[in-house]
Amino acid sequence: MTTRTPWRPVALLAGLVLLTGACGGTTKSDVQQQQSSAPAAGASSAGANPNAPIKQGLKIAFLPKQVNNPYFTIADKGGVDAAKEFGGEGKEVGPSDASASSQVSYINTLIQQKQDAIVISANDPNAVVPALKQARAAGIKVVSYDSDTAQEGRDVFVNQASAEDLGRTEVQLLAKQIGNKGKIAVLSATPNATNQNTWIEFMKDELKKPEYQDMELVKVAYGNDDDQKSFTETQGLLRSYPDLAGIISPTTVGIAAAARYLSDSPYKGKVKLTGLGTPNQLRKFVKDGTIEAFELWNPADLGYLASYAAAALASGQITGGEGETFKAGRLGDHTVGAKGEVLLGKPTVFDKSNIDDFDF
Amino acid sequence: MRADVLRRWETLIVVLLAGVAVWASLAVDNFANASNVSFLLLDTTEIALMALTMTLVVVAAEIDLSVASTLGLSCAVLGTLWDAGLPIEAIMPICLLVGAACGAVNGLLVTRLGLPSLAVTIGTFALFRGLAYVLLGGEAVADLPPAYTSLATASIGPVPLATLLVVALAVVAGLVLHATGLGRSIVALGSNVEAAYFSGVRVKRIKLWLFVASGVMASLASLVYTFRYASARADNGMGLELAVVAAVLLGGVSIFGGTGTLPGVLVAVLLLGVVRNALILADVRNEVLNFVTGLLLVASVLAPNLGAVRRRRTPSPAEGKSVT
Repeated sequence: MTTRTPWRPVALLAGLVLLTGACGGTTKSDVQQQQSSAPAAGASSAGANPNAPIKQGLKIAFLPKQVNNPYFTIADKGGVDAAKEFGGEGKEVGPSDASASSQVSYINTLIQQKQDAIVISANDPNAVVPALKQARAAGIKVVSYDSDTAQEGRDVFVNQASAEDLGRTEVQLLAKQIGNKGKIAVLSATPNATNQNTWIEFMKDELKKPEYQDMELVKVAYGNDDDQKSFTETQGLLRSYPDLAGIISPTTVGIAAAARYLSDSPYKGKVKLTGLGTPNQLRKFVKDGTIEAFELWNPADLGYLASYAAAALASGQITGGEGETFKAGRLGDHTVGAKGEVLLGKPTVFDKSNIDDFDF
Repeated sequence: MRADVLRRWETLIVVLLAGVAVWASLAVDNFANASNVSFLLLDTTEIALMALTMTLVVVAAEIDLSVASTLGLSCAVLGTLWDAGLPIEAIMPICLLVGAACGAVNGLLVTRLGLPSLAVTIGTFALFRGLAYVLLGGEAVADLPPAYTSLATASIGPVPLATLLVVALAVVAGLVLHATGLGRSIVALGSNVEAAYFSGVRVKRIKLWLFVASGVMASLASLVYTFRYASARADNGMGLELAVVAAVLLGGVSIFGGTGTLPGVLVAVLLLGVVRNALILADVRNEVLNFVTGLLLVASVLAPNLGAVRRRRTPSPAEGKSVT
């Protein structure tokens, strides 16, 4: 029995392709032109009343990248606690897989539930925007935290610490531990995680400084924020570069997996590991000498601040315009910066001397 | 005859769908409003599209586990060509060709080399997704033309345009399966491939074209997906193949081929969509949701086959007939 190759339909389709191509159509540059000619819809301070009281009974939903991720569990608990403080009602909902499209399903249901604000950490800065625009059109305030969305998708972005501070300080921390010398690698989350990639850019920029001329970034590996994948990626790094001096893992999942691998390997204490992690997760590795020092902002504070920012928006204290200020409970006054960014503050460095002071 | 209709699996899941919908309307706030129903329909588009051709493939006693990877590859091609400055109107047919090519690879490996489609498409599942990452890496191409992204989410009243596309294609697929000689041949080769072959059914050719159709449908789904989420990425649609196969099995298609109806599958797609939507609206945690979906599936694979298992245990004149 013979199968004829379907030449005819193939030729037909190919012809169609050429035809539509020749007739012109919508290209990337067309879209860019349209977008640049459209007036930028910047938030204005008009209508912001810093003295407006926080409305009672605000419904605020936290939509993390993924539920059951210890980092987000802590951050969202901070947010829910803040909501209790100002007489609102907070809850965490979200997908168990870190994909953009499943977040969209949740945004749509939150619109149906008529929440007052959505606080989201975006898995994809763009894929969630159409849904978030619908939410905003329905009068819901949107705060991004941890990982930003495209600007038109949210009112305010609550940033953990400036990306620049984080990227540069991680390199500085590691450089101190390896005496500014040797091969280093980065173990990141997913290749398209907005925040991770920005930090890595700043790490690369920091490494250009003359004092780091003997340090070489040999590889950026991706553990996809998956424990097992991060573990095997660490293993792979050391197999490919047995003379590696240090690893920076700017993700809590990655650093814990890397620490676990190192602590049981002959590289323990020899290959330095730093990055972003939580004290509870890494206490044991700091005490057994696998890790000297690492850093992080306080995720509970991040959620807490995002919660207050959401309440300030929903109560009309701020609109997301630069220079507006709001009170964030025990964290004090915060000011909205350029592009609607609110900064939590500088990262905290954890080491043997202070790690027992923190419980998160 | 009437008893037969009542005992049919399709009837059972229609009742189940109605039951769940009524329960959700009464018990879940905001479930039964137009915008939620509209979103619910839109959210099932890609699964429904791929389930249409998957139904035909499974009825023919084959399976295509590479559909979601084909979708991802097609998204990556779209993103890459868009970045290269090609007009979107030219890229879309190219994406469909990519889908056809993926399907042809599966089809040729299955028909020419006689390999089992389960093994072939597990291989191409990784291959196509890998290719997608080679093309686009971790990049997300997002500046797509607003005319198309808004078209993908647009609706007439509460009915999304994408749903109309599904309905139109479902009519075509339904007619092919249930009202044409080709459909009868598909059922025949699914229930007994030797008998079908000796009665003149062009087994290999039909199977090849079924895989091509499956690939094209996956790339069509990729267009809807990309525009709907306004983001072309290599990891688009990751894991959707399971949702598609789930809907097909829940719809009453036998995993061994030979039986199944298209309306049954469409009802199953809706049922899974409604359950998911209602549970999320009711703030049920995601883990519970996955558990419930899993439970539905196990039940759906078990229920239609319980009778068959019992029959197989008790000796009958049919004993000795090969069950492969």
